[in-house]
Amino acid sequence: MSEGMTKTAARNIFFGGTIFFFVIFVTLTVQSHFHILEESTDVSTLTESVERGKRVWEKNSCINCHTLFGEGAYFAPELGKVWIKFGGDEDAEAGREALKAWMEAMPTGIEGRRQMPQFNLTDQEHEDLAAFFEWISRVDTQGWPPTPDDE
Amino acid sequence: MKYQTQRLAYPYFIAAMGLFVAQVLGGLIAGTIYVFPNFLSDLVPFNIIRMIHTNALIVWLLMGFFGAAYYLLPEETETEIYSPKIAWVQFWLFLFGAAAAVVGYLFGIHEGREFLEQPLWIKVAIVVVALMFLFNISMTLMKGKRTVVSIILTMGLWGLALFFLFAFYNPSNLALDKMYWWYVVHLWVEGVWELILAAILGFLLIKMTGVDREVIEKWLYVIVGLALFSGLLGTGHHYYWIGTPGYWQWLGSIFSALEVFPFLAMVIFSFYIVKKSTRNHPNKAALLWVLGCTVLSFFGAGVWGFMHTLAPINYYTHGTQVTASHGHLAFYGAYVMINLAIITYAMPHLRGQQPYNQTLNMWSFWITSAGMCFMTFTLTAAGVLQTHLERVMGLDYMEVQEQIALFYWMRLGSGIIVVSGVLLFVYATFSKGNEKQAIAD
Repeated sequence: MSEGMTKTAARNIFFGGTIFFFVIFVTLTVQSHFHILEESTDVSTLTESVERGKRVWEKNSCINCHTLFGEGAYFAPELGKVWIKFGGDEDAEAGREALKAWMEAMPTGIEGRRQMPQFNLTDQEHEDLAAFFEWISRVDTQGWPPTPDDE
Repeated sequence: MKYQTQRLAYPYFIAAMGLFVAQVLGGLIAGTIYVFPNFLSDLVPFNIIRMIHTNALIVWLLMGFFGAAYYLLPEETETEIYSPKIAWVQFWLFLFGAAAAVVGYLFGIHEGREFLEQPLWIKVAIVVVALMFLFNISMTLMKGKRTVVSIILTMGLWGLALFFLFAFYNPSNLALDKMYWWYVVHLWVEGVWELILAAILGFLLIKMTGVDREVIEKWLYVIVGLALFSGLLGTGHHYYWIGTPGYWQWLGSIFSALEVFPFLAMVIFSFYIVKKSTRNHPNKAALLWVLGCTVLSFFGAGVWGFMHTLAPINYYTHGTQVTASHGHLAFYGAYVMINLAIITYAMPHLRGQQPYNQTLNMWSFWITSAGMCFMTFTLTAAGVLQTHLERVMGLDYMEVQEQIALFYWMRLGSGIIVVSGVLLFVYATFSKGNEKQAIAD
């Protein structure tokens, strides 16, 4: 592959190619940035409550057990659509209550079951977290995750 | 050892080994929680254990890279490190930051993005550490000879620091957050870290085989070129399902499939060079780690990465144990093994001993590598089953986890083997060998 190439040629290809691909990558990132703001996420409903909800998610390091859009630890369920799972898309109030009740019942302490810690969230934090889950459930994730139930 | 300041690598390597042990012990505890879910659940929950497991890994690899840079730059540039004092301050600041982070995690003090959990002040300290380091090595490079190895290494280290800056940008829009998060995570491990890896590999091969530098340097450019040409747009394989545009499924699939080639090139390159070897270097263990590194990084990063990188496949496997299997062998094969290779190579010089417990070191190679391979196989099996049951059959997550519990038992077993291998490595590296004559070069 490199037998006929001189070191200088190899170096020039490396630097030139790297700059070339990096510029393409950055350009596409910028395009994707606007795609996210204008198409795939609903910025108009990104309220302060959603924002605070994201901080609740981060403060308790939920990502180191769960996944969000498939990213995170793989120790606990994916939560990108948890809002829909808890029926929040049909009845927001019931969804909020169900999520809160679920978290307040933790840990179950059942032997041999994975334990979710008790995070002692305030009512406000529960509400913000629910707002965050509601908002992310509407992000256009190109049809992920697969939903075999519907077929 | 020709230059006094090469000794600066010593504290870095010692700290790296200490954190390495902490990392695998954290992994062992996490693996135990998988099979005994109530273990430690009241005291230190899984998310904290995992945070320590991943952060300790990153920090010790960085410690190793810093140490490697201080060790090989004087020989490459044929001059002493610009400022040993900066290197020492940098070392203690970094170690203190790492220790403070871990203690903080145990008390629930952390930020909330995966791998970037360090509190803000520690992130700032990391940048300060990186700037001190970059200043020091860049000044060394300026006053010395600029070889290809030293240039690629320095480029990789600059890239590392530059892309870390994205850790400070945490937008409230989750999709944006995720997109730029990968600027740190992907552009590190599938980008600039590969430059560092290739540079260390090149250095070790030059030293141990005696093959003409010109040949090795040309190969190096080809390898890092392949790495970045595929790896930059290969970032697209993380942009399939996070709110980014659909075209990434094409771009990401094509370019990340090409990410196999730099690793394949490294295997061919290292075996070809070793075959052309003109000298019989006494440090057989270091050579074993070098060759093992290229082979297992080819399988872990290359083959296991390719296995689930095409968008139509990733649609089903994304976020399952398949990812975990790939992550473990890729990190081990590429970055753990290159660190252990340079440490195995440098330690006899740093400690003024003839290859020490070389046989024990080689045993640790086989034990640790076998353990990691078995762990990868068990997680792969778990992941394939999980993908089918959860993503195709539509079973509930926790139900599926019970179905694949057997593999978590086997994973724990392989984890015990890995930990024993690591402890053996540390023992072999730091214990006194039988023959004590100083090594020539």
